[in-house]
Amino acid sequence: MLVIDDLRARVEGKDILNGVDLVVPTGEVHALMGPNGSGKSTLSYVLSGREGYEVTGGTATFDGVDLLSIPPEERAAAGLFLAFQYPVELPGVGNANFLRTALNAVRRQRGEPELDAVRFLKLARAATKRLSMSDEMLKRNVNVGFSGGEKKRNEVLQMGILQPKLAILDETDSGLDIDALKIVSEGVNALRGPDFSALVITHYQRLLDYIVPDRVHVLVRGRIVRSGGPELARELETTGYAAAEAEAA
Amino acid sequence: MPAVPQTLDTVQSVTQSGYKWGFSTDIDMEIAPKGLSEDTIRLISARKEEPEWLLEWRLQAFAAWRQMAEPHWGKLHYAPIDYQDIHYYAAPKRSAGPHNLDEVDPALLATYEKLGIPLKERAILAGVQGTEAAEEERQQVAVDAVFDSVSVATTFRESLAKAGVIFCPISAAVREYPELVRSYLGSVVPQGDNFFAALNSAVFTDGSFVFVPKGVRCPMELSTYFRINARNSGQFERTLIIAEDGATVSYLEGCTAPQRDENQLHAAVVELVALEGAFIKYSTVQNWYPGDAEGRGGIYNFVTKRGECRGARSRISWTQVETGSAITWKYPSCILRGDGSVGEFYSVAVTTNRQQADTGTKMIHLGANTSSTIISKGISAGHSNNTYRGLVRVGPRARGARNHTECDSLLIGEHCGAHTVPYIESRNPTARLEHEATTSKIAEDQLFYCRQRGLSEEDAVGLIVNGFCKDVLKELPMEFAVEAQKLLALSLEGSVG
Ligand SMILES: Nc1ncnc2c1ncn2[C@@H]1O[C@H](COP(=O)(O)OP(=O)(O)O)[C@@H](O)[C@H]1O
Ligand SMILES: [Mg+2]
Repeated sequence: MLVIDDLRARVEGKDILNGVDLVVPTGEVHALMGPNGSGKSTLSYVLSGREGYEVTGGTATFDGVDLLSIPPEERAAAGLFLAFQYPVELPGVGNANFLRTALNAVRRQRGEPELDAVRFLKLARAATKRLSMSDEMLKRNVNVGFSGGEKKRNEVLQMGILQPKLAILDETDSGLDIDALKIVSEGVNALRGPDFSALVITHYQRLLDYIVPDRVHVLVRGRIVRSGGPELARELETTGYAAAEAEAA
Repeated sequence: MPAVPQTLDTVQSVTQSGYKWGFSTDIDMEIAPKGLSEDTIRLISARKEEPEWLLEWRLQAFAAWRQMAEPHWGKLHYAPIDYQDIHYYAAPKRSAGPHNLDEVDPALLATYEKLGIPLKERAILAGVQGTEAAEEERQQVAVDAVFDSVSVATTFRESLAKAGVIFCPISAAVREYPELVRSYLGSVVPQGDNFFAALNSAVFTDGSFVFVPKGVRCPMELSTYFRINARNSGQFERTLIIAEDGATVSYLEGCTAPQRDENQLHAAVVELVALEGAFIKYSTVQNWYPGDAEGRGGIYNFVTKRGECRGARSRISWTQVETGSAITWKYPSCILRGDGSVGEFYSVAVTTNRQQADTGTKMIHLGANTSSTIISKGISAGHSNNTYRGLVRVGPRARGARNHTECDSLLIGEHCGAHTVPYIESRNPTARLEHEATTSKIAEDQLFYCRQRGLSEEDAVGLIVNGFCKDVLKELPMEFAVEAQKLLALSLEGSVG
């Protein structure tokens, strides 16, 4: 279970998160919506431990682990995965090599045996197949020369291979056509189960048609201003964030 | 092969901090008094039972050296070297032919063990009789180990001989193949070529000799391990590789040294000769002791490496991964004399702490339609300085000469320097020369991306750096590539954050 309590954070001297309260119980998928600049990405970076995002108050725990006190790689080992809004290119680093290194790093931290190249490749091929991707994806360098859509699908592929317990997807659906959107949704739905939770950051109801959230939250100026069921997303689709913003003011 | 992955694993488990190869070995040594004079040279020559012509050759080199000044055009700063304060000859004492491992100096065996050379291989290296035949089937790499000044042993001489390939210590070649040595020694790097080459020519003690006759493809990788062990001793090895018409050979060298507070001088010379249609691939993983974080100690590496593509359509390819040494002064070069000959230089140079590297290549296009490729990857961290210095020269007869140069620098941290000094001289208007250069940093978002996926910061740096060097690493023979990758990651340990 992810428990965020009165979380406050500052970037470059500017307060961005102003007391976020949010609980995502194990087994649930929650959507996080809100206007541009409201702090959604900031929240995802603070939870995953990016440098330069200074926590000024509050707590965040996952399954009882104090996330804010451990380095990013240990948060990953604890089961946290972030699908980046802007996936990063790693020139010369093969996707398969990157994924195997990551998977084995996580397995090592958890005291699990590492996978050799053959067993890893089997697992990776199964994951690409599940996501209707070609194996070519594994041979290319991480995100280098990928189209926007390919980058997003690569994030979902990584998620499928690393099998996190908590996934944060930061606008993974932005800029995707409907087929890609379905693939991304299938990637999340395939992981859905009693031991998996997710926080899906999105602007669009159409994603939530495929990934039906248990709860929907609206972030405005660094605070959750409204929470509700799936119908809240549909309402926001027609009314926009104006009402929510007014409430927050 | 011996220097394979086990090397690093073994060595890593031996010591957990600093330079992983920093052990020294307590071995019964014969050491010449310090200092350089004609007497020193006569002593070396006598110890090696050399013919008169070679002694004369050395003395000529010494005479030339005395007229020369140490070069200071490199971007390198170091305290003056006292050439009289160095031992020019240090050799492990060894009576010929121990019969089993128990008779071998245990300290010598321990050294091989720390270097990760498998036991059977060690038996061969230590000269235990009868081990070679048994191993012949499985091993594909022949090894020559040079310990301080002396080649300790060369493996697989017999099986190579069947293919007609000669691979032996150069001192043995002087005795057994004097005509070959005499006709090629100094034919690419003459005695008076430069200050350090002249010094080497005067005092060289050992090194490898390779001869691949016409039409022969050498059936296995050849490799040499260089290790400096003795205190205050210099190492001056000399390597000579000849590939006759249509011959092919791939040769690897690896180097380590103990951790010492004082600087040690290493001045090697490597000469390659490729005749018509021959191909020589020369790979180096250089990991001499680099000195500590404050810049104390470390090897001064002043090396002259040059290959001549003497015949038409011959090809020489240099690949180097340089992570060690306090000072590196090294420009593996190709003289492209034969028409249509090809020269290649692939380099990764890593500097951390206070290391200084001034390295690059020279491609001298003399023949028509000669082509060369230069790919240089410099990685600087800490307070280090890393300079690429390269010359592409096209002579008047080199119609249609082509060169492609790519120099990429990667900076880690705020206090290091990267410099690119390309010289281009073209005296033929038909030449096509391209030069590209980039400088970049490991971006914060790349590191964070990797760490979010579970990699430690150091593993992330290793991965990104290996990606940066991929175009060079893929040129290494497979077994070396794995080791080189780990070495890169290890040498940058602690330089981030
Ligand atoms: N690295 C940064 N440097 C400066 N300002 C930043 C940085 N990251 C985010 N911000 C600021 O924080 C606010 C919230 O940004 P962000 O979390 O990206 O919003 P969202 O993802 O909801 O669109 C914005 O005003 C943005 O300009
Ligand atoms: Mg955002």
